[in-house]
Amino acid sequence: MADLKCKFLGIESPNPFWLASAPPTDKAYNVNRAFEAGWGGAVWKTLGEDPPIVNVSGPRYAAIHSNDRRVIGFNNIELITDRPLQTNLDEIRQIKRDWPDRALVVSVMFAMNKETWAKYIPMIEDTGCDGIELNFGCPHGMSERGMGAAVGQVPEYIQMATEWAKGAASVPVIVKLTPNITNILPPAKAAMDGGADGVSLINTLNSIMRVDYDTLTMYPTTDGMGTHGGYCGEAVKPIALNMVAEIARTQATSQLPISGIGGVTDWRDAVDFLALGASNVQVCTAAMVYGFRIIDDLTDGLSTFLDEKGIASVSDLVGRAVPSVTDWQHLNLNHVEKAVIDQSSCIQCGRCHEVCEDTSHQAITHTVDGERRFMVIDEECVGCNLCVSVCPVEDCITMKPLTGGVDPRTGQPISDDRLEWTRHPNNPMRQDG
Amino acid sequence: MGNIRSHRLSREDIEANFGDIHPPLDRPRALLEADRCYFCYDAPCTTACPTGIDIPGFIQKIRSNNVVGSARTILSENIMGGMCARVCPTEVLCEEVCVRNTHEDKPVEIGLLQRYATDPVLEAGIPLFERAPPSGHTVAVVGGGPAGLSCAHRLAVLGHEVVLFNRDAKLGGLNEYGIAAYKTVDDFAQREVEYILSLGGIEVRQGALGEDLSLAQLRNDFAAVFIGVGLSDVNGLDLEGEDLAGVENAVDYISRLRQAEDKTKLPVGGQVVVIGGGMTAIDAAVQSRALGAEQVTIVYRRGPEHMSASAHEQELAQINGVSIQHFARPVKILGESEVEGVLFESTRLDEDGRLADTGETFHIDADVVFKAIGQKLRVSDLEDESLEMQWGKIVVDADHATSIMGVWAGGDCVAEGEDLTVSAVQHGKVAAMAIDRYLHAGETR
Repeated sequence: MADLKCKFLGIESPNPFWLASAPPTDKAYNVNRAFEAGWGGAVWKTLGEDPPIVNVSGPRYAAIHSNDRRVIGFNNIELITDRPLQTNLDEIRQIKRDWPDRALVVSVMFAMNKETWAKYIPMIEDTGCDGIELNFGCPHGMSERGMGAAVGQVPEYIQMATEWAKGAASVPVIVKLTPNITNILPPAKAAMDGGADGVSLINTLNSIMRVDYDTLTMYPTTDGMGTHGGYCGEAVKPIALNMVAEIARTQATSQLPISGIGGVTDWRDAVDFLALGASNVQVCTAAMVYGFRIIDDLTDGLSTFLDEKGIASVSDLVGRAVPSVTDWQHLNLNHVEKAVIDQSSCIQCGRCHEVCEDTSHQAITHTVDGERRFMVIDEECVGCNLCVSVCPVEDCITMKPLTGGVDPRTGQPISDDRLEWTRHPNNPMRQDG
Repeated sequence: MGNIRSHRLSREDIEANFGDIHPPLDRPRALLEADRCYFCYDAPCTTACPTGIDIPGFIQKIRSNNVVGSARTILSENIMGGMCARVCPTEVLCEEVCVRNTHEDKPVEIGLLQRYATDPVLEAGIPLFERAPPSGHTVAVVGGGPAGLSCAHRLAVLGHEVVLFNRDAKLGGLNEYGIAAYKTVDDFAQREVEYILSLGGIEVRQGALGEDLSLAQLRNDFAAVFIGVGLSDVNGLDLEGEDLAGVENAVDYISRLRQAEDKTKLPVGGQVVVIGGGMTAIDAAVQSRALGAEQVTIVYRRGPEHMSASAHEQELAQINGVSIQHFARPVKILGESEVEGVLFESTRLDEDGRLADTGETFHIDADVVFKAIGQKLRVSDLEDESLEMQWGKIVVDADHATSIMGVWAGGDCVAEGEDLTVSAVQHGKVAAMAIDRYLHAGETR
């Protein structure tokens, strides 16, 4: 079995799966259960100043379900810890003492003045925790008070608060970034410039889940009124992966260690994050939906995968896919693929034909020689992958590159030369040569 | 009739035996099942449905929690979508061609989903249809079975007045008098009839061709006539002993059973022989077992693949303890005054695939013999020699027009009749639309 041992910012953990700062890490009781189940680490639910904040005593969560009630997307309006600071500090100290081999990082959120940070950071460090995560991401409630995402949306504030935290801390400092921005790079760069040892992302996305179809109010509400909350779960993973990859592939930020967060539900999601540049992953929603025992699939699945791939350790997987991510302008416009429908596994549902006909390039038949038959018309197929995406049978439709001859759609010969937009004749701003 | 008696089983057992054969889907199961539909292009299930229901369309509406809209999609093509959800041989229609069969050998349960969508609408009597402005025409529909009700409903929707003549005490035809009780529990046939009539514009009168109605008079009195009289006569065996006590037409027994207030009081034989290979034979056999008959044997002259009862129905019979004896034809019904058994001769298919006798005989003891070898049209009822007939049934064109101007026909009494509720509904619908065109064309002349 591949060794899942992991080191992030020098913090060791038996596997790369940490619980994210969130309700599952609010109390010693929960974290203890998580470590018993096998989680590699935990980021304690965000601490703030006393007196503690107050949460609503009503719906804090809502979900988007599939018809079989699988949770696809999830949102919450819970704030940071609503327990006294000292209670949390005492429990953190005890947990670290009981579980010395697990990573224990403490998430914090304070108002924007240096003295506050200087006062609290040493108190937190004194628990024996392995690191501190700065919550610059929470998009609801705390952001109205000038914290959380209100900081994370302004790179200058990120840098300033990071500097204050670093100035007071001796353990590694992780900056947790909000995705509620247009470009993740300035916040990441600001964290780096402020001295952050690493970043974690993404926090949740601003969201309203739906309306109540009976009352025509938003859903859920607290006594008839609701507010936007943070969206997470499987549905947000692609957003998170893009942001992780952007940081990992951009030269200015490429050396910044990343803890990947956003919809990790099974081990394959972890492979996505790790290969796109994260050094470990944090998980919340999947645990809240299935309980802590999903850690078994996460660790076993990842370990089996690494064995099958002949990859010796988690760190050898990190960043493996990053070189394959580029800008659109660098894609090879001479490359041509065509969809191919395997007639022996086709179940004749015709969805590929219908979507291609209605919304794409009219490149799939519905009848051949009077028989119901779905075949790709190479003369029309642009290789868009829509049919592959909608086909209910895995691998029934595949994309095959043309390696020679002529593209029947354009009549142009297939060229072995790369042709990027930067050099394309249609590009008025093309670079010559 | 020593061995024909009631109370063979306890009330609890009989009630359980006649309970809903396919209990309805609850909401979680319906949503899961609906999710299995791939929403196929030019869906094979819709093509296979004799009434052409947009099946992926109604399933999508179940998925989106628009159950009323789903029922509208179904009922606008098939006003008896509720009954068809219960009695259609879906395994040889929509579900047979479901692409899920290719994928995983298990079709989407279209019949059960159709019931899920239509039951609440009929239960609550939610009106889904509005009548077009009055056309001023009145059409006679003869026969209150699926064909007649379907035709009457569509005509009423199109703005015509309908007088619906029915022979029996209740409307519904075979839905009420013919189909096995466990397929349509809780008086569903009558509830469906009530829903159809709730549209308005359909006046029901007692009356039957050959009794108090004549085709000539109807043609005279009404703007158009639709004949949906079904097959009111039964084929006989023409065998010695056929008139012995205990020998009965299966359809008569099934009808009595359907109309029985208390099934525990229904007499049933101990050893029952059913002669025939169709749905009627299966229904008579299975219901005899459900009432407590000890030994029930269906005897059919050809093999299982030749039976008009589907493989699914044959299996249902066997699951319920019915023996099916293939390749045998009755030679003589045995007994003095009461039936005691049936003498059969084994048959085989010759080199050309024709049925041939083998000369070997055997006999099966029986205290009840049901004849289920088919029904036929009582041609004399029609009294009009200009009505073109073929194989004892009325010839119609694609619009279900007969050879007589202004007369349409559908259901089991026409040559294309398929012996299915769903086909009869389609006949009535197609005829109604043709009648509507005919009446409007007449206005412009």
